Amino acid sequence: MSAQEISSERLLQMYGRMFRIRLVEERLAQVQAAGELPGPVHLYIGQEAIAVGVCAHLSDQDWICSTHRGHGHFLAKSDEFQRMVAEVYGRATGVCGGKGGSMHVADVSKGILGANGIVGGGIALAAGAALSAQTRGTRNVAVVFFGDGAANQGVLFEALNVAALWSLPLILVCENNGFSEFSPTATVTAGEIWNRATPFGVPGRSVDGNDVREVWAAAGAAIERARSGGGATLLEMRTYRLRGHVEAEKSFLSKSYRSDAEVEERREREPLRLAVAALHGAGVTADAIAKLEEKERVAVQAAFEYAAESPWPEPGAAFEHMFA
Amino acid sequence: MAKKRMVQAINEAITEEMERDGSIIVIGEDVHISPVGDTRGLIERFGASRVRNTPISESVMSGMAVGAAATGSRVICHLFYGNFIYTGFDAIANQAAKLRYMLGGQVKLPILYMAMIGGGRSVAAQHSDSMHPMLMNLGGIKIVMPASPGDAKGLAKAALRDDNPVFLLQAAGRGGELGEVPEGDYTIPLGKAEEKRAGDDVTVVAIGSMVKPALKACDELAARGISVSLIDPRTVVPMDYDAILASVARTGRLVVVDEARKSCSAASEIAATVAERGFHLLKAPIGRVAVEDVAIPYSPVLEKAVIPDAARIVDAVLKIAVSGGVPR
Repeated sequence: MSAQEISSERLLQMYGRMFRIRLVEERLAQVQAAGELPGPVHLYIGQEAIAVGVCAHLSDQDWICSTHRGHGHFLAKSDEFQRMVAEVYGRATGVCGGKGGSMHVADVSKGILGANGIVGGGIALAAGAALSAQTRGTRNVAVVFFGDGAANQGVLFEALNVAALWSLPLILVCENNGFSEFSPTATVTAGEIWNRATPFGVPGRSVDGNDVREVWAAAGAAIERARSGGGATLLEMRTYRLRGHVEAEKSFLSKSYRSDAEVEERREREPLRLAVAALHGAGVTADAIAKLEEKERVAVQAAFEYAAESPWPEPGAAFEHMFA
Repeated sequence: MAKKRMVQAINEAITEEMERDGSIIVIGEDVHISPVGDTRGLIERFGASRVRNTPISESVMSGMAVGAAATGSRVICHLFYGNFIYTGFDAIANQAAKLRYMLGGQVKLPILYMAMIGGGRSVAAQHSDSMHPMLMNLGGIKIVMPASPGDAKGLAKAALRDDNPVFLLQAAGRGGELGEVPEGDYTIPLGKAEEKRAGDDVTVVAIGSMVKPALKACDELAARGISVSLIDPRTVVPMDYDAILASVARTGRLVVVDEARKSCSAASEIAATVAERGFHLLKAPIGRVAVEDVAIPYSPVLEKAVIPDAARIVDAVLKIAVSGGVPR
């Protein structure tokens, strides 16, 4: 599978989803700043190509586990985005009934086991989903998205070991966005993350995570390999976090950990810009792109109205769902 | 009814349930050899796909159990010694106990975590803890602590049909103890205590490993003319407070025996709840017999000084029985 094989229809479809994620995240930044959200949000802006390029290969029966920066993964795999936004608003109509919020958006019916507030928390869960898929004799796979920060959690090595021993249908997608919370990756991470798979005999690859075509091709090969019993792959997606670790972080940080100039420089290769250039190269007209963008704008506007107008949960709901 | 050993009873429960339910898988350290004995023969019977011997990697094991359970398997995760719960604790506390809740009920997590807990065998502090109070405090975990082979079978089978994370905490070193075990499909509902001895003078609640010394204490107290209502909760989450309070309503006196450290122990929780809900029933202060707030030592002399035994239970009962005027 190579990036050249991608059809212009598929590329446009993926761009539409990336654009939706960007719109939702930009809008969340606005409403967060306006004090409309109950809790913190960690935005996916700049990393959209990864979730979209990977999830394009997955069915509802394939599983994903994600991170505290998980809106993008949800939006890439599920169409239920009104209910996702309502969840971030903490409303009764939220996809988790308002119990999880931004860091726990999940739609199990679509194979989304959820965002996760623990750095590296999804790794073992996805290994378990892969184990379950394997023992039940399915061709389904599990994908875990995690950051470069999570690459320094011991559980990654435990998971690589069992995934290799058992040939688990597991795809480990590390989104190296340059920052482990407020620390530049290089200051807290030794060596190459993709290479951490090598000692276990698991293939590791470094991929341009801002080019959705490259992501699509690398993920497609890894997922096909996993489906056919070939086992796990570690994909390190090189990307850049255009927003902070968490919105409004400047209000509590005493000093900055990167320059504005650096952010602006990295914006030149941001994934939506690259995707539009690729679409133009593939002969897709500016008109077709604009039409798609307008459709997404309308849908996202409706989702935020739905969320803001949704009722708060009944207080009694706080005491439900601990046990099945 | 046939007499069997504790580990045989648990093994029988697992085997029967795996036979009945093809979605059950087993992961754990050395489950193919089964040094404990409770997973013996499973790999031969059910194959290496359903029974997976794992590396010593509790972080990934405890979390894999959650991921597999959330996606259609029923998982037995054998953690061997209870102290290894600590090394696998992130996924237990942050995922297993909360995932269903955080997701607004979207998933069921049918997991049976198994471990041996408690002291008495000179394996020192890192293999002798009783950490059920810590698990009780998580909220989303059920905890089963059988004191006899028959209870172990019935509770293990019920746990394997429950759609929630359940811990089966077996008293370490007691797997060889014999007891009557009902044949076939025998289950005990989780959250139902049993009165192991009937009596009217004092209620003793003994948890898991402490039931055995409590039974011995009952005999000694009976010889002194004090009849004890001995309650074995069998599961500490859910806790059968109705059974405990019904007994206290008859006796007016309560001693709770727990192998956990006293601070924030299950004994503390039971004492607090009885004081809260049944203060009007009490004729004497509630007594707690537990491990003082020290680690479990190695030398048998030191260990004996720390772990509650029949003599300490007798003393605790006499203290409140006498103050209340019960004849000796």
